[in-house]
Amino acid sequence: MKGIVNWFSFSSPQTFYPLAGKMVPWFAAVAALLAAAGLYVGFFVAPTDHQQGESYRIIFVHVPVSWMSMFLYVVMAGWAGLGLALNTRLSGMMASALAPTGAMFAFLSLWTGALWGKPTWGTYWVWDARLTSELVLFFLYLGFLALQAAIDDPRRADKAGAVLALVGVVNIPIIYFSVQWWSTLHQGASVSITRSPTMAATMFTGMILMALAFWMYSIAVSLVRVRAIILERERHAGWAQELREAAA
Amino acid sequence: MSWSSAAEFFAMGGYAPYVWGSFAVTALCVIVESLVVRARGRNAVRGLGQAARGAR
Repeated sequence: MKGIVNWFSFSSPQTFYPLAGKMVPWFAAVAALLAAAGLYVGFFVAPTDHQQGESYRIIFVHVPVSWMSMFLYVVMAGWAGLGLALNTRLSGMMASALAPTGAMFAFLSLWTGALWGKPTWGTYWVWDARLTSELVLFFLYLGFLALQAAIDDPRRADKAGAVLALVGVVNIPIIYFSVQWWSTLHQGASVSITRSPTMAATMFTGMILMALAFWMYSIAVSLVRVRAIILERERHAGWAQELREAAA
Repeated sequence: MSWSSAAEFFAMGGYAPYVWGSFAVTALCVIVESLVVRARGRNAVRGLGQAARGAR
């Protein structure tokens, strides 16, 4: 089968390690460029909101980090499920590599949300359905990390983490639809797939640029982390030792 | 452009603590995570040497 790339070969940590290393600088560079563009549009092109004044500019970080916190959870659970089903080594490592970044975005979603809530709602926190389900997401990430840290055998830690991650997926649609199912304080979606965005085009552009920047950042930082995890777990393997001898 | 001076930009229409508090903490998290993950990578490479010495 000449000329056909064997994609399954990349699922081995040994072949993925150098490939991931080559990809990191590209994703990091694109993330930096998109962030610069997004911040420029967000602060210098997008107009002042006639209702919220300048406080609305928190949207350029709040919405993208919130999207990422949910998206990374789904990707993490996907890798975890794949590892559970196919028993591939790399899948569990990918899930473990995504969890800390996802937890960080969930924290940032709550943090920026609190700082936006104070001037607009008069409170940093309220037990609203959207806020509460996002807090549950943060705890799911922390639970996943704690569970994996508590189990010494990495393969068993992967399996236990995968079950937790897959059960927790049910929370994602709850977060997404919470603003429709329970009409509480948090506003509904300003952007949806089925209708055009209910905001100025420049505001929308800034938000999308920032979301893409965080996406590329997540890929870069997760690739660096998965490389570290690969070496930590396979340090006794022949290929890893050959790598060390080649570098020395 | 909504700003006529740098001071006006940093004041964010009176919402400076909220706006800059959001962006600064996000930037801090991203920078710290990048540094932590790079350190973990370097430690993992050092761990290879320890694994080799331990095996002998």
